[in-house]
Amino acid sequence: MMHAEGLVLRFGAVAALDDVAMEIHPGEVLAIVGESGSGKTSLLRVLAGLQPVQAGSVVFDGQEVLSLSDAAKRRLMRTEWGFIHQNARDALRLDISAGGNVGERLMAAGARHYGRIREETAHWLRRVEIDPARMDENPRNFSGGMQQRLQIARTLITRPRLVFMDEPTGGLDVSVQAKLLDLIRGLVAELGLAVVLVTHDIAAARLLAHRIMVMRHGRVVEEGLTDRVLDDPRHAYTQLLVSSVLAA
Amino acid sequence: MTTGYNFAYLDEATKRMIRRALLKAIAVPGHQVPFGAREMPLPYGWGTGGIQVTASVIGSDDRLKVIDQGADDTTNAISIRRFFARVAGVETTESTTEATIIQTRHRIPETPLREDQVLVYQVPMPEPLFKLEPRVRESTKLHALAEYGLMQVKLYEDIAKQGEVATSYNHPVIVDGRYLMSPSPIPAFDNPKMDMNPAIQLFGAGREKRIYAVPPYTRVESLDFEDHPFRPIRAPHACALCRSTESYLDELITDDRGGRRFICSDTDYCAQRQRT
Repeated sequence: MMHAEGLVLRFGAVAALDDVAMEIHPGEVLAIVGESGSGKTSLLRVLAGLQPVQAGSVVFDGQEVLSLSDAAKRRLMRTEWGFIHQNARDALRLDISAGGNVGERLMAAGARHYGRIREETAHWLRRVEIDPARMDENPRNFSGGMQQRLQIARTLITRPRLVFMDEPTGGLDVSVQAKLLDLIRGLVAELGLAVVLVTHDIAAARLLAHRIMVMRHGRVVEEGLTDRVLDDPRHAYTQLLVSSVLAA
Repeated sequence: MTTGYNFAYLDEATKRMIRRALLKAIAVPGHQVPFGAREMPLPYGWGTGGIQVTASVIGSDDRLKVIDQGADDTTNAISIRRFFARVAGVETTESTTEATIIQTRHRIPETPLREDQVLVYQVPMPEPLFKLEPRVRESTKLHALAEYGLMQVKLYEDIAKQGEVATSYNHPVIVDGRYLMSPSPIPAFDNPKMDMNPAIQLFGAGREKRIYAVPPYTRVESLDFEDHPFRPIRAPHACALCRSTESYLDELITDDRGGRRFICSDTDYCAQRQRT
């Protein structure tokens, strides 16, 4: 579905990505883990066409993403793709109602029937466990977890095939994180989404991902099936990463 | 005509610059063209954009009408009319049918316009997206890519919160199926008059330094939802002076005990009907 190779991205002397390759298949969840500054978020932004690189290629459905026009990239981002930000407030429009936020992508895709937009929006609010009665409320009044679920509904409403998630559970308290992970897992399985998930939370990766890529200093140090990587880490850094997870 | 001024106040080079912007605006209907707006002898917000457009298209044989909220006899209308009488020596009129150029603030005349007429709008804010997208760079991109979902979200919010589209004036339109355009703060009631109008419609925003245009016989559609179609709204009364039930009405408070009257906002239209 998407594959990338030879990605090189330097910020001055710092190599954010140093000859990185990846691939993802339909319906697959790929987690990219690593410490802060390892290049995982940079990789996500490159894959999503948000960040130009010095070298390399990203191919989606046979199309080279990096050379697409702005218009084509934005069209992909509205239809085939979704992007879930760590901070829901970066993605939501806080002066527009929850329903307006969720319906925006439908309207951007050309929906012009108010009643049907409302219906579809209410349906998606239910799916992310937000009471549709709160549809006309301002998301500013929502809790952090609700805002994040709202962002998910807003992204998934146009049924993208590939979703980029940047630390979707970051900054939430532990019980909210657990619920959110559960919700994401359910939706991903049900909709058959392909997901590229960036996280530093090994537990989240274990719960959601089929495959894991471990990054350090802009390089992929280890890659494999989730259980294999986490239960039998080969690279010294992965071993350190796995052993530093606190047992509850 | 008072000497000491070039014909129609602006110098010829400036007029030529504005005409170039106008030609471009007509070639790309609804698209905002930047221009170098000049300091005019009246404050921003009083019609500096409209005056510069009028000054650039007016000729010595033109007959000018100026309306402010439909009225020929308000301060703004009278001063602009006098201004052009003085600096261009042109004839002025209050009659819509006799005018060749009509400069307007916030109304389109009730009397249908003709092919040989030019309607010049004074525009306070040319960018229809400015309340939704404060970054000019981003809104320019939205226009370039014709991504107007955001405007639809605004209408959605109106219906969700108030049960109907609440923009009673400055209701956004799509010109020739392409560009989203602010019709300037005309009442939504006037929006349908822009569609397929035989006259040339020119828009000048002095402070924001933008010009845009709708050529004759161009499609102008008001944004709406299929199940909440656009409705031009007028007060459900007859004009107290001419009894018209079709014209756009102003509400006048007549005393401090709740007394009020509705009269036509288009003074020329109303006066004509009273005569016949």
